Amino acid sequence: MRLIVPLQGVVQGRGGLFVGSLIPCCLFYFLQLYLKRRRSPPPPDSDSTELPRTSSRSSLFTRGNSIGRVRVSSRAAPLAKPPDSPYYIGLERVKTDPYDRVTNRDGIIQLGLAESTLCFDLLQRWMSDNLMESLMIQSDVDGGFDVSSIAMYQPFEGLLEVRVAFADFMSRIMGGNVSFDPSNMVITAGGTPAVEVLAFCLADHGNAFLIPSPYYPGFDRDIKFRTGIELIPVHCRSSDNFTVTVSALEQSLSQARKRGSKVSGILFSNPSNPVGNILSRETLHAILSFAQEKNIHVISDEIFAGSVYGDKEFVSMAEVAASGDFDKSRVHIIYGLSKDLSLPGFRTGVIYSFHEDVVSAAKKLMRFCSMPVPVQRILISLLSDTRFIEEYMAAHRQRIRDKHFLFVEGLKQLGIPCAESGGGLYCWVDMSSLLTSYSEKGELELFEKLLSVAKINATPGTACYCIEPGWFRCCFTALADEDIPVIMERIKLLAESSTS
Amino acid sequence: MTRTEPNRSSKSDSENSGGGGGGTTAMRVIVPLQGVVQGRGGLFLGSVIPCAFFYFLQFYLKRNRKNEPDSGEPSPDSDPSSGSPDPTRSQSVGNLTELASLPRSLSRILLSPRLSGGAVSVSGRAGCVIKGGDSPYHVGQKRVEEDPYDESGNPDGVIELGSAHNTKMDWVSEDPGEAISDGLCMSGIASYEPCHGLIELKTAVAGFMSEATKNSVSFDPTQLVLTSGAASAIEILSFCLADSGNAFLVPTPCSPGYDRDVKWRTGVDLIHVPCRSADNFNISMLVLDRAFYQAKKRGVRIRGVIISNPWNPTGTLLSRENLYALLDFARERNIHIISNEVFAGSVHDEGGEFVSMAEVVDTEENVDRERVHIIYDLSKDLSFPGLRTAAIYSFNESVLSASRKLTTLSPVSSPTQHLLISAISSPKFVQRFVKTNRERLMRVYAELVKALKELGIECTRSSGGFFCWVDMRGFMSSYSEKGEIELWNKLLNIGKINVIPGSCCHCIEPGWFRLCFSNLSERDVPVVMNRIRKVCETCKSQN
Repeated sequence: MRLIVPLQGVVQGRGGLFVGSLIPCCLFYFLQLYLKRRRSPPPPDSDSTELPRTSSRSSLFTRGNSIGRVRVSSRAAPLAKPPDSPYYIGLERVKTDPYDRVTNRDGIIQLGLAESTLCFDLLQRWMSDNLMESLMIQSDVDGGFDVSSIAMYQPFEGLLEVRVAFADFMSRIMGGNVSFDPSNMVITAGGTPAVEVLAFCLADHGNAFLIPSPYYPGFDRDIKFRTGIELIPVHCRSSDNFTVTVSALEQSLSQARKRGSKVSGILFSNPSNPVGNILSRETLHAILSFAQEKNIHVISDEIFAGSVYGDKEFVSMAEVAASGDFDKSRVHIIYGLSKDLSLPGFRTGVIYSFHEDVVSAAKKLMRFCSMPVPVQRILISLLSDTRFIEEYMAAHRQRIRDKHFLFVEGLKQLGIPCAESGGGLYCWVDMSSLLTSYSEKGELELFEKLLSVAKINATPGTACYCIEPGWFRCCFTALADEDIPVIMERIKLLAESSTS
Repeated sequence: MTRTEPNRSSKSDSENSGGGGGGTTAMRVIVPLQGVVQGRGGLFLGSVIPCAFFYFLQFYLKRNRKNEPDSGEPSPDSDPSSGSPDPTRSQSVGNLTELASLPRSLSRILLSPRLSGGAVSVSGRAGCVIKGGDSPYHVGQKRVEEDPYDESGNPDGVIELGSAHNTKMDWVSEDPGEAISDGLCMSGIASYEPCHGLIELKTAVAGFMSEATKNSVSFDPTQLVLTSGAASAIEILSFCLADSGNAFLVPTPCSPGYDRDVKWRTGVDLIHVPCRSADNFNISMLVLDRAFYQAKKRGVRIRGVIISNPWNPTGTLLSRENLYALLDFARERNIHIISNEVFAGSVHDEGGEFVSMAEVVDTEENVDRERVHIIYDLSKDLSFPGLRTAAIYSFNESVLSASRKLTTLSPVSSPTQHLLISAISSPKFVQRFVKTNRERLMRVYAELVKALKELGIECTRSSGGFFCWVDMRGFMSSYSEKGEIELWNKLLNIGKINVIPGSCCHCIEPGWFRLCFSNLSERDVPVVMNRIRKVCETCKSQN
């Protein structure tokens, strides 16, 4: 109880009287000084031009700022402002002038949004064949359409059938080496709420997660917005192909602890977003034993697990956790169908956790973001149609591989290299040769030029907290083959204009 | 302590500002040490006071520390996986039992030795969520899930009169094929779309809301934000209107869901303002005002008042005068109004006039409109709870733009949006739907009230919503909350009906129950009455 020490002298009369009073006095003085400095800028806006008729009492506690105007909470105020991350700026800009092969050939091409249109034909076929049947559950009694099967309140965490279907599907796409228990699973309305709910359950306001950077720019919003959790980037470098190392984690953790923030867990995506590399079994082992040693949680975002196209095998954290060497309860997995089944509109997410309390808290929190029952019905029949799923997944992987090859090859011809990647709907492009200055400023300038001159929206590394300037994330899966030459032409023009 | 010398404080304030410190605001905290800093004789006070403070702080810390094992051990929070030697864990458990909302302080974490290999703990706030499940509300729901009543299959099962379903409508089954196939075409549902609602859907919802309010006010689709369910709509609003540690005033009896929707994640507190049966459970501005000042005295900042109209659970409608009075109150205190109008389309009393808050502020100036936020729930009025779609209607641009961003965390999926667009776009369908819904509710309600009266049980006059608020004070063994829970237990176990006791709605008077009739058909009413009669008889024989 070191806190008590200074006054020990006073209390027990052991000579420390002087120290015992000087120290608290100083502390108090500094506290006052601190308070004073924070208060000091007086509210300059006592513009009482629009003084409405209010009782004298109310004007007392509206404290000077334009009386009568009701204010939103201080945490909502920054949200109401326009976004300042290049990721969101780019997305907004594309909306104003989107590229279209026929009608708007000069529009901005979207490379910022990880969505896939590669297998729409397959989905289209399935939907037109099976959609109606999946919703039309026959009533047991009269054989008619039983509306209550989709209309009534159902368990918030998802119907048992849908959880079984998800468990089956996940173990299928993750190579069949791991089985998922439906009772550890909570179905959410999207990957975003899944991340938030999990973060809420694992850390308190003011705690922090370690997160290997570059990381997905959306996490800033998803996690920080409401939960009040801090994200501490653990910088990875191109020399390691942006793979996280335990020593880097160790260093960030001890720095964070020195600063006084409590680290509750490690969050990472695998295959990583935005780089697209796949963590090896050894790395996962190392991360998990690190977490065990430090007694923190591990959150593995495996939303791209089925979009692996390289030669490298994808290993789920669930598999490593189940190997028996570890305390499983600290492992939590996030999954969703937006990427792997190209169904972003369905807003499907999954929390899979080995921690009983986390599962039960998440179930209760699903009252805020549960999946609508009609969507669950569609998914049950979609995911249980194993023949279709096999066909789809094979086509999905093959088509990403082809598109990836085309895109990377095109860039190579321009002399622009990409990081080695094996999964995801994007590649991580090194455009440092196009930078005017090797700095964050140079990168943002290039981003602006890409957006307004070349009319391409790619996500700059800054938005992903990448420590090295010049890297961009380009999503290629929503492109048609004939769009790729258009993009390459535009980049080429930009490169020429900047060198000349 | 600082107040002991008000004169000095004001003097030193003025000196302080003159001295170029820049602070013109009152800084009473600074007073004691002013003496030390400027050498004006307050040296003694200036050192004794902080010393005393510090001593008490230490004393306080010391005492808390000592109590730790006592509060930690008996706590029933059973986490089988948690190894007891982890002090972080036991501390947080101790916190949970008493100071549920207190975040873990840093100093404690720094003090606690790092244990490798210990069980990992969940966050303190998740702990609160896990524990919040043993109120009668949840116990009753669980019982219904285990043993649901079915007319033919399980005639002895528990009848659900607790939660607000509406099974009266079967609009989808009228023409399911068309509604669904129109709604679900591939192009729309598989790509990213705005999760706060497509403009087509917003227009349709605005039309539906106008129809539900009998076209007395037209809603602007651009002021709508759609969310996945009323719970998340309320949560998003609480998040936007109040900071953690602030509070809302809620006249009680209120909806039992607020405790979870508002408190769980936003850190906003609820201050209940009791209404009494003597006033027919109407809000009294006087009581509201008093609650506001009491909270202010305790240092709690009130950011708004949550009302529901039609009132949940009593089913009464707020009159125009009431709404104006509320608006005046909010204006005077400069706070927000959240008007929960989820049952707007379910007003079943022909004599009752439902006035939306939107109508009241329609004629007001902007300053006042900005403080009004309305929650509307499509799944309630459309009797389609599985659809989980609700809306926030606000006049405040900041609230709207913040909520739009927050809807990524509780989105309405595209299939749902398209399904709804095709269902409620046709004004003719909407008109017919609202009308049939009203008629059916009216019939069951009339039947139920008549039957209850025959048993000698009164209820307040309900004009809207799915509930009636039943006075069973006469059947309690003791006039207390305990008596109420006993009666509730009897209703559940002997009568096998699940109702919500008033204590769940934070009603201050014991003996009232919320009875949800929307999932009953007229055929079921006699069954329910027989069961209530059985319970009543056992009560009487005991008394």
